Amino acid sequence: MRLLLAALICAASPALADWSETLAAARGQTVYWHAWGGDPRTNAFIERVSDRAEAAYGVRIEQVKLTDTAEAVARVRAEKSAGQSEGGAVDLIWINGPNFLAMKDEGLLHGPFVADLPNAAYLDLSEGAPATRDFTVPVEGLEAPWRLAKFVFAYDAGRLPVMPRDMVDFPEWAAEHPGRMTHPNPANFMGATFLKQALVSLAPDPAVLALPATDETYAAQVAPLWAWYDALRPNLWRAGRAFPENESVQAQLLADGEIDIAMFFDPGAPAALVAQGVLPETVRVSVPEAGSLGNISFVAIPFNAAHREGAEVIANLLLAPEVQAEMQNVEVLGAYSVLDPARLDAPARAAFAAIPQAPNLPGLDELGPTLPEPHPSWMTRLAEDWARRMTP
Amino acid sequence: MVLVAALMLVLIGLPVLAGLGVMLAQAWGQGWPDLPGLAVGLRLTLVTGVGATLLSLAVSIPLARWLWARGAARGWLAPFLAVPHAALGLGLAFLLAPSGWLVRLLSPWATGWNLPPQLVTVGDPWGVTLILGLLLKEAPFLILVTLVAAANLPVARIMAEGRSLGYRPGQVWLRLIWPQLYPSLRLPLFIVLAFSLSVVDMALLLGPSHPPTLAVQILRLFTAPDPALQGPAAMLSLLLLGVMAGAIGLWIGAERVLAALARRWLRRGVRGGWRLDAAPVLAVSGVALGAGAAGVLLLWSLATRWHFPAALPEGLSMAAWRAARWVAPAAETLLIGAAVILVALLLALIWLEAEDRSGRRLRLGAFIVLPLLVPQIGFLQGLAAGFLHLGLPPGRIAVIWAELLFVFPYVLLALAGPWRALDPQQVIAAASLGAGPWRRLWRIKLPLLAGPLATAAAIGFAVSAAQFLAVLLPGAGRVQVLATEAVALASGADRRLSALHGLLLAALPLIGYAAALWLPLWLWRDRAAMKGSA
Repeated sequence: MRLLLAALICAASPALADWSETLAAARGQTVYWHAWGGDPRTNAFIERVSDRAEAAYGVRIEQVKLTDTAEAVARVRAEKSAGQSEGGAVDLIWINGPNFLAMKDEGLLHGPFVADLPNAAYLDLSEGAPATRDFTVPVEGLEAPWRLAKFVFAYDAGRLPVMPRDMVDFPEWAAEHPGRMTHPNPANFMGATFLKQALVSLAPDPAVLALPATDETYAAQVAPLWAWYDALRPNLWRAGRAFPENESVQAQLLADGEIDIAMFFDPGAPAALVAQGVLPETVRVSVPEAGSLGNISFVAIPFNAAHREGAEVIANLLLAPEVQAEMQNVEVLGAYSVLDPARLDAPARAAFAAIPQAPNLPGLDELGPTLPEPHPSWMTRLAEDWARRMTP
Repeated sequence: MVLVAALMLVLIGLPVLAGLGVMLAQAWGQGWPDLPGLAVGLRLTLVTGVGATLLSLAVSIPLARWLWARGAARGWLAPFLAVPHAALGLGLAFLLAPSGWLVRLLSPWATGWNLPPQLVTVGDPWGVTLILGLLLKEAPFLILVTLVAAANLPVARIMAEGRSLGYRPGQVWLRLIWPQLYPSLRLPLFIVLAFSLSVVDMALLLGPSHPPTLAVQILRLFTAPDPALQGPAAMLSLLLLGVMAGAIGLWIGAERVLAALARRWLRRGVRGGWRLDAAPVLAVSGVALGAGAAGVLLLWSLATRWHFPAALPEGLSMAAWRAARWVAPAAETLLIGAAVILVALLLALIWLEAEDRSGRRLRLGAFIVLPLLVPQIGFLQGLAAGFLHLGLPPGRIAVIWAELLFVFPYVLLALAGPWRALDPQQVIAAASLGAGPWRRLWRIKLPLLAGPLATAAAIGFAVSAAQFLAVLLPGAGRVQVLATEAVALASGADRRLSALHGLLLAALPLIGYAAALWLPLWLWRDRAAMKGSA
């Protein structure tokens, strides 16, 4: 019955006919998904998706666990420079921001493919919608969204009764609690995001941040940030002379009681870490009053992917309402869905309504305003500038 | 003989040349990279690399003497030799961090700390923890080499003569015995030096991060999203090669100077000196650190929750062992290890048998140890690129070939000694009874060498399991073994998972060593006379 229906639909629409060809070509493929591997729950979720994909489409996922997404970009680049235009090692990358910009600029990506995915019907892809821009860079169908990200702080309410209300309040707080906070190294995505969060809060004219940074605009907008940072840094963990490698190592420091504040780009991450037994149950989420940065995580397919069809099938499956609802369930992963609620049908809505709640899991309404991401050039410059200023 | 030499050159020499060649090509025409933290990273590399080598040598002298007299205690060396750097580094990090097990055991009852102290231990900007980690791995290696060399010397007689001349045992060792052993220590020392200057896994786990050592900076550049950084990375690899060459040059210079000075000191022949023997203290501290590192890995892998300052986890469970995806990387480690030692043993047998049949030595020793003497990071990145150009895609085969370069020298070395020490009478007797060369190999040499073969395989497996960069770079992230998983998971949030992988990584080579000890005993369970040779 289902097959018949599918056949009818395929016959009716050329795009879906292409999709059935994609499904047929994908069967039996193993998709090498290069994804940051520092979060075991994400890794476990990817395995669940792999099981689903294998049962439904005969496609398997092999997650290549990266410590940094740049490793996958470097691999594709090396293959391109070695003249390898097919059979590439990377089939799918969990990507966004500067890595996406780099791959897009260098022509390392396959596509546009997003509009051809059947489940793209659940996305808001209208002009200017969040899923069409990645750090202000137009996506142009070269990467498919799969999870929402929003900057939040996590703190141990058992030890720390009051969080600083806004970014400007951190230097004063740190002076009162020397050595009790830090941020990941800005060479890492999360560390750069912390600086960027401060930048959008402190810049004299935030509107300029949407444009590529020039020497002039950069100097003018960043000056208050460095003044703020110079006041903060001496009171950071290890006197601001060492920094955790990424947010997970920082979460370990919070769990160990070495620091009081951690930060995540995923509002569900603290609750997930509590459920795992990594963070204490007294950990709560806090968002600066003026709002925080938010964006979307995407998956992209390299131009020379050996299993392009399988990768498209996975990108599509990640957007299936039942998969997105499972992903948002904190008992599974706790990452917020990218689907447009207005486009969901009744069963899909029911799946989302059935997701359990948790005390340390903020509702979407508690997350405060979302501040727009600056153009990636700001983040790149900030990270380089920080390295030059702060490296002995 | 020519064929055998050609085989070795193609399998071992070619990749070495390709790796170095591609590295040079990538660095060609590159300007000096303007990187923040380069000068400090260079200093750190020198301090940790040379410091760890000197300290390892310094502690190996009294410890080798102490262990020479205590055959039973020598068993304690095996775990330190077998356990890979990444596993030990992970355990030490969990043990020595300000919130680590050591402080937890003492807090708050002895220290008054309810929160971790603001001490700088793991990741310290001076590289002290990294030096300690390297010391724990490299000193046992140098001790072993010293003991092997001492076996060729009438140590007991020299000791008795020295004692009768009024020297303390420690002085006899230092003045009369060790200088005779030193020539055998030189190559191992240079290997330790090269390894310590370019170590990446342990530097990631224990070393400073801001800025890190040169080798870690190079890895970061090679994997950075900006393609313009590939050239500077190759350039820095070249710099590291230069540092390595310079360090060896300085070392040889220092040897000359020290030898001249020491000769006068020897001639003066002062008796007396310290009664205090540092060896037992060093031995006990080393074993305590190793046991603590293993213990904390075991506890973390079984912990339900474990918050500071509890001395022990809140509860124990097998949840992490049941949930963790450790089977695949463990199987991959075993598979790659098995393939590598199989090829390495085969090559070593071909090498040694060819020498026997031609009656000449194969003069390729320098080529074989070259991979151990060049900094791994640039060489392996060059090798991975070279493989790609040759049409060998990144993956298991590339990893096995890359690991072979590091495993083969150890396997050959481990086998060559016992092979050449084989009593020629047995082989001659077999020949006179009409056994051809194949039959002599199959029925006489190999059975007699079952023990050394098993030992060589165990050493080869330990070397293979410990490889980190040789998996990461030629495997392009596709090949996941315990070493790469343990290091990757160390930068994740869940310590239980990294502990579990670290523990497995430590356990597999140990099981290999145990099997190597047991195999000949089982093989010759009804041949009393054969057990001695095992």
